[in-house]
Amino acid sequence: MTTTTPPFLEIKNLSIGFSSDEKIVPAVRDVSLILNRGETLAIVGESGSGKSATSLAITRLLASPPAVYQGGQILFNGVDLLALSEKELRAYRGGRIAYVFQEASTSLNPVYTIRSQMAEMLRLHRPEFHDIDTEIIHWLEMVGITNPKERLKAYPHQLSGGMQQRVMIAMALSAQPDLLIADEPTTALDVTIQAQILAQLSKLEKELGMTMILITHNLAIIRGLAHQVAVMHHGSIVEYGPTEEVLQNPQHPYTKALLACIPRLDEHRRRLSTIGKELQ
Amino acid sequence: MLSFILRRLGLSIILLFLISFISFFIITLTPGSPYPWGEMNPKISPEVKAAFRKKFHLDFPLHQQYEMMLHDLFTGELRSMKDDLPVMKKIISRLPATLALNVMAILFSLSFGTLLGLYGSLYRGNWKDMSLSCLSFLFIALPGFWISYLLVLALVKHIGIPILGTQSYGVDFPTDLARWLDRLWHLMLPAIILSLAGIATQSRYLRSSMIETLRENYILTARAKGLSPTVVLYQHALRNSLRPLITGIGMLLPSLISGSVIIETIFAYPGMGQLGYQAVLERDYPILITLNMIVATMVLLGNLFSDLLYALVDPRVRLE
Repeated sequence: MTTTTPPFLEIKNLSIGFSSDEKIVPAVRDVSLILNRGETLAIVGESGSGKSATSLAITRLLASPPAVYQGGQILFNGVDLLALSEKELRAYRGGRIAYVFQEASTSLNPVYTIRSQMAEMLRLHRPEFHDIDTEIIHWLEMVGITNPKERLKAYPHQLSGGMQQRVMIAMALSAQPDLLIADEPTTALDVTIQAQILAQLSKLEKELGMTMILITHNLAIIRGLAHQVAVMHHGSIVEYGPTEEVLQNPQHPYTKALLACIPRLDEHRRRLSTIGKELQ
Repeated sequence: MLSFILRRLGLSIILLFLISFISFFIITLTPGSPYPWGEMNPKISPEVKAAFRKKFHLDFPLHQQYEMMLHDLFTGELRSMKDDLPVMKKIISRLPATLALNVMAILFSLSFGTLLGLYGSLYRGNWKDMSLSCLSFLFIALPGFWISYLLVLALVKHIGIPILGTQSYGVDFPTDLARWLDRLWHLMLPAIILSLAGIATQSRYLRSSMIETLRENYILTARAKGLSPTVVLYQHALRNSLRPLITGIGMLLPSLISGSVIIETIFAYPGMGQLGYQAVLERDYPILITLNMIVATMVLLGNLFSDLLYALVDPRVRLE
């Protein structure tokens, strides 16, 4: 007799809507995804395509109401997260599934020090530590923060945007989650810092053997970072497959249009392409 | 920090001078006279009147009267025109009652205001929150004296809550504790009425600022960390919502003081407010000017205090 191990994360036919004035506006329609341990999945799409809603739904972080979970399953190591109670879910949030959000400048609490915000995470999910400071410094070093010891007492507003995002990543990783969900981690940063943060993520991915979901609207950054890519449009997945395949040989017109929007150095264009009206 | 405090105190002194100037002239502009026996009383001989005028410098031009008043104010030689008692002595004898009333009212305003504000922000939009909001606006809008009379009519008959003075007279209290409880019991109704508007405004401030804070990204971060709703609410949201509340605390003090003039009069409560009310009716200039200066000082200190609190609560605030 053979036992099949369930996939690391499997989203089955997930549908989510937002209730507004008695009717429910669909945001995620019938989304199915599979993620294996140690792999990185990129979810790509424009604003409002449902990619953030999908990622927040994994630990049911979307406030309900207005969000309505209309159907489907989110199986994490075989456990349906949508069926868990709020209390049971809290052990998953942060501890097993950690998030890094878009704008670090507003995602860190302005009135608490870096130390206290990171210590909160460690005390909650890895209470075995007595020397919390050493552990915090270790993770700050890991994400490339210089002088981590001096940063402990700093407040978020005393750090640059790139540093703040590094702190967010360090905080998420310090609980040693099984899955890291990075929701547009570089969108609010300027291009050089973006490159640094992405390089850092890709380095950590290899060093720690991380499993990651990377959410982005930028197809250009996923090459070399993601094994699989899912392209979302209007709440549905329109294309899903290995990254290289999708980038080389896009099947869906929306993916083609998205790829055509990326400017290249070796070509001369008067205007950049836009997504055609027929796809809006 | 220290230089900030010193600079603010220096500015306050300048402001206090201006306030003393303006209030002195406004008080002397009021119709009527300060004579305790009435200006036209035929039974009083011209000599007595002249002596009174001399004693209180009423024969001097106004600007000289102002100078003398200021001198007496700071040397503590100011005397009541009504009974010739030192002003400071009269005020100090009223101070404990007023302090008790205002401290109680501030405690009520802050505690109930905070509780109701939190409640409203958590259950925003449901019927309980809606009715709380309606009540808040009602209590902000309705004048305290009107509510006082309604409550006096309604409560005295049914629960026998005392409505006069600070303590029961002609009663032998077996213990000190009993006496203090009696005083506390006397304090209740005036303090509750005095704090109604404060509770209402504080709860509104906190409610709207909590609702705004709960939409912030760092609240999502806190929830994504797996923190319990209690920690998210009290550690992450509440502290970020305190700024409007602190502004409210700064404004609470002046509104309580102006409120206590009316409430103390209604409840025959022997505090500074009642003293001020009587002084207005009797044109007792020295008392009025001193009370005015005390209130002005408290308001300025209250503002300084709330600015310092801002810096304490929010590390981004720099005192410069």
